[in-house]
Formats: sequence, C-alpha cells, structure tokens
Amino acid sequence: MTLHDRKLATAHMAVGLAAFGVATFMALMQALSRANLDLPWRSARMYYLSVTGHGVLMAIVFTTFVIMGLGIAFANAGLGRPIRGPKLAWLGFWIAFVGTLAALWAIFVGKASVLYTFYPPMQAHPAFYIGLTLLVVGSWVWCGVIVATYLDWRREHRDQPVALSVHGMLATIAVWCIATVGVAIEMLAQLIPWSLGLVDTIDPLLSRILFWYFGHPLVYFWLIPAYVIWYTVAPKAAGGKLFSDPLARLVFVMFILLSTPVGFHHQFMDPGISAGWKMLHTVNTLGILFPSLVTAFTVVASLEIAARLRGGRGLLGWITALPWGDPLVSSVLLSMLLFAVGGIGGAINAAYGMNAVVHNTAWIQGHFHLTVGTASALTFMGASYWLVPKLVGRDLELGLLAKVQPFLWFVGMLLFSIANHITGVMGMPRRIYEASYGDSPVAQSWEGLTLMSALGGAFLFLSASFFLLVMLGTVLAGKRNEQPALEFAEPVNGQLGARTVLDRFTPWVVVAVVLVIIAYAYPLMSHLQMERFGSPGFQVF
Amino acid sequence: MHVDFYERVWMWGAGATIALFLGATAFAAYSQGRLPPSHIETIDPQAVWTDQRFADRGVVANSDGSYTVTMIALMFAFQPNEIRIPAGSPVTFRMSSSDVVHGFQIVGTNGNTMVIPGYVSQFTMSFDDPGEYLIVCNEYCGLGHHSMYGKLIVERGAQ
Repeated sequence: MTLHDRKLATAHMAVGLAAFGVATFMALMQALSRANLDLPWRSARMYYLSVTGHGVLMAIVFTTFVIMGLGIAFANAGLGRPIRGPKLAWLGFWIAFVGTLAALWAIFVGKASVLYTFYPPMQAHPAFYIGLTLLVVGSWVWCGVIVATYLDWRREHRDQPVALSVHGMLATIAVWCIATVGVAIEMLAQLIPWSLGLVDTIDPLLSRILFWYFGHPLVYFWLIPAYVIWYTVAPKAAGGKLFSDPLARLVFVMFILLSTPVGFHHQFMDPGISAGWKMLHTVNTLGILFPSLVTAFTVVASLEIAARLRGGRGLLGWITALPWGDPLVSSVLLSMLLFAVGGIGGAINAAYGMNAVVHNTAWIQGHFHLTVGTASALTFMGASYWLVPKLVGRDLELGLLAKVQPFLWFVGMLLFSIANHITGVMGMPRRIYEASYGDSPVAQSWEGLTLMSALGGAFLFLSASFFLLVMLGTVLAGKRNEQPALEFAEPVNGQLGARTVLDRFTPWVVVAVVLVIIAYAYPLMSHLQMERFGSPGFQVF
Repeated sequence: MHVDFYERVWMWGAGATIALFLGATAFAAYSQGRLPPSHIETIDPQAVWTDQRFADRGVVANSDGSYTVTMIALMFAFQPNEIRIPAGSPVTFRMSSSDVVHGFQIVGTNGNTMVIPGYVSQFTMSFDDPGEYLIVCNEYCGLGHHSMYGKLIVERGAQ
C-alpha cells in the first residue's frame, strides 16, 4: 500500500476504534445498571443517555469509519493502485468526523437521548440530526472515491474480474448508497426542518418507514465487509484457499438485490401499514437467508482446506488443526459460530406471526449483539490485528492479550445473549432503566438472568479493554518493522478467467432499484394520500 | 458456473429450508389468522383526549359477546391502567398515543403492538387462562419509560 493511503486508512480506523472505546464504557454502565447495583452516578437520565451513546457510537460511528478504512485498504491492495482523488477522500473524512463530533456533543450534553433509532416525535437538538447527516455525506464522498478508483482500474482491465475483496466492497457501497437515500430524506425533509422549528409537526409513521428503509440494509452494510474478511482474509491467514470464488460473487450480488426491500419486518407491530405489504417484505427477508447459508458452506470449506493443508485429519478433527492462536483466525471462527445462532434468531424475528412474541423485548438486543455485535464487531477487531500493524508499519504488541481477547468476547457474548434471548421470550422489554414494574411477580422471575447478562457485559468490557490496549500498544510502542503486504486467499481452482455478469454492477443495481420500487412505491403512495395529522416535538430526557 | 457437488446439495437444502420457513409463515398467517396488528386509521394526536372514538375509555361489552378495550398511551401510563375482561371472549384493543411513540405488550402473551401518535392501533385476541397479566410499554418513551405499565385481569368466564 502507498504511504498516503496507509495514512488515510489509519485515520478512518482510528476514529472508528476510538468510538468503540468510548461506547465500551457506556456498555459497562448499562451492564451495571442491569445488575441493579446502587452506584452514585446511576440515574434514569444517565442510563438512557448511555444507551443512546452506545448505540450511535457502536452501530453508526465505529462501523462506518472502520468499514471506510477497510474499503480504502482493500481498494488500494486489491486494485494495485493508489486511491483516486486523495484530497477529496480527506474532505470526506473531515465532513464525517465533524458531523460525528456534532452529534456526540448533542448526546453527551443530554440534548439527544433519543436512541440510535431517533423516532420522532421525541425531538433531539438539531446538531444531532445535522451531525449524523454529515457523517452520511462524508461516507458518500468515500463511496465516490472508491468507485472512481475502481473505474480507473476497469478502463485498463476490460475483461478481467476484479479482486473478490474489492467486489465485496463495491457491493457494500451499492447497498449503502441505495439505503442511505431513505435516511437522507427523513433527515432533510422531516427531522432537520422540524427540529429547527421551521415546521411545527411531523408524521412519526412516515419517519419510521423511511428509517427502516435505511435501517435494515444498514445491517448488510455492517455484514458484507465482515463476509469479505471471512472469504478473502481468514482462509489466507489460516493457510488455505478460497473454496468457491464465483459463489462468493453471487452472494454479494444477492445482497445488492435483497438488502433493501425488507424494511417492514421491523414494523410488523406498527399500525398504518397493511398486513399484505408486511408479508411481501417477509418473503424478501427470508430470501436473504440464502446468501448467508451459501457463505456458511464456502467459508467453512475454505477453512477446512487450510486445516487439512496444515495436517488436520478426520471428519471433524481438522477443526483442531486450525491456527486458533492467530487472533484474526479465532475472531472469524468465533464470529461465525455465534452468527449461525444469530442468523436463526433473525429468521424467527422475520417470521411475521412469531414476531409478536419477541418484538421490542430483550430478545432483540440478544439477537443483534450476535450479529452486529459479534459477526461484524469481533470480525472487525480480528481484522484490526491483521491490518493496523501493516498500516502503521509496526509489529503487533501485547500479542498474548490479542490471543485471549476473542475468546473472552465469545464467553461474554454467550452469557449476555443467552440471558437476553430467554428474558425476551419471558416478556422483558428492551432498554429499560430498571425492571421491577412495582415488584410484579413476572418481573421478579427475570432477575437471575439479568445478572447473567450483566456478568456477560463485564466479560465483554474486559475483552474490549484488551483489544484497545493491544491497539494502543501497537501504534505507540510496536517495534517499527517492514510489514508484509495485504494478502488475500486465492481460489482453489486457480484464478478466474473471464469477467462474468456477476462482475458487473450496473445491471444489478438497476434490478435492486426496481425491487425497492415494487416493495415501497405503493405503500408509500397510499400512505401519503391518507388524511394524516402531525405531531409536535417532545424533549423528555 | 462450476459448483462443487456437495455445495450444490447444500444450496438445494438451503433453498428447501427457506421454502419450509415461508410455508410455515404463510400457513400461520392465512390458515390460522396470525396476522400482525395492521389496522389503518388516523387521528389527530393533539386531540386524542377529546376525540369521540376515545371518549369512553375502558372495557365495553358488545352485543355479540365480544369486548372492546379503548385506551390512551401517554407519558408514562396507560389510561385506564387496569382492565378486567372475562376469559375466552374475543377482545379488541383500540389505542392511540397523545404524545410520543409507545409500545403495548401483554407480558406472556402474543399481545404486542406499537402505539404511534397520529394512528389508531387495533388488534383482537382472547385469553384462555384467568389471572393477572402485566402490561408494559416496550418502546423507549422518555425518562419514565421503565415505570410505564398496567394490569390486565382475566376473570373466569361468565358463560
């Protein structure tokens, strides 16, 4: 990688990991709250502020900046050329960074405890909405820069399939660009003018439709880069090859098609949306299980190749031959293990009728801490052990902590998520400061499990601290050393010959837009034609 | 595209699993009527308290043996916050919010809906087991969110 692009990627990773660090403390506060410990600073105001801070920092800031950093590194390495328009790329970084600071200011002074879903008519300070909008605008600049770099490469390589790592990143960008249209409209047409007092009222249901139009593909924006690491980085680090390159491309294309027309499955319990349209989104949602199931096979097969090349034997005995001591490999293996559970949970959430049992219960946080909180977050931590030393040109420090950290995360997440899945089915709501409900007997039956979830939180905090120590140690004190270039797994059948339709993006994006129109045009039109009444804003935090 | 034999088998298996999930979902929805609450009706959220549809809050027995429960969700309570209904009869819940978004969940049952200002939520269910049920708000609605709850008492059926 060129020195300039290393700096650019480092800046993005640094902001992402700093956000992760701050959010980790918010998580600890919530865990202590769940354990009902009587701490001096503990209050409902502090709790809801910290849930908001944790959600925004983890789900939006950490993920977006790390993904932008990974995208820069993968484009540079995979295309074998520097990023096009470096000045523009830095401009995008600063826009996103300033926006992030504005939103965080609003949260930490207590003017935006609206959670990361910011449903109106709860109303935050305008800086919160404007800041998050700038973060998205900055990410659009990043998308443009990566796509421009790809197009330069493409002009020189008309008939060659692009590296799989770049293919996956371009799919991520396609999903992100389609998805963010929804939240951009929500921000610009509804939330920003309303929070500035330019309009008096807002339609909360329209906001929810626009938010979830964005909110579910956001999940795949987190997940596809993790898949890219599973497909291209982990098998290489484990000493193996990629089992099937064309199927990986098929998977990424399916994500472009199916990520967006699924948002109503977050709104099954909403009034004002007909059951038939909710069912259509259910069909699409279950369809998107397919690429993940294919990924499970291909990645496991690729890792099996690695294990057998390392001398692994037996039907399942090869698993022990994998390099579990390599923090990247163990992070990916443990992420996949928990994601298998999270994925089945996702199918339950999407199952229309069953959703009523789990909607807005603790089950949901149990679910998404396995998906975004492990499949994406733990994979990104693993990838940081691999990428950050190469970016800063130093050896990884505190290697022992790095070896232990993924396993601590795994144990913490098991405790946390098992407890939350069970209390969820028992009816405990998510995001509550305290769970006594006037000493109701049902609420008392949740108590042992809430302690277990708090204990999981403590393990996760320890794991996150180890990770941050390794990162700080590496950047500040790692031995300066020439690092090997970024390497990606080769397909087991040798490099692909010609470019196929799976290597073209325009036709798939067009089909994706058509699917979005089918899923949303009619419900949105009929919604806008209804007689509707707006809500004024409420600041109740 | 070359696809390995075992992977092809896996992909058919994946397709079949998804088809099974879809079949089960469609069966529950259309044969057993397990549809999510999807009532479409709007209301002025600033005039919920004076709207005729929400004037008689509480339980009303209908002539066909069913019951209608009319409620308003507000920061940080349900109004009324205690409901008594007989076991076994269909109960239609109708509610709206006079301020922010709330949730309505009868713990231990399938009773669950969002309550969104400007819209009327409505769903019908019946309760076979007599007893006391906890109703909670399951959508963050401000600093008192965790203290927003009510009670549903299912009494032994009259019939």
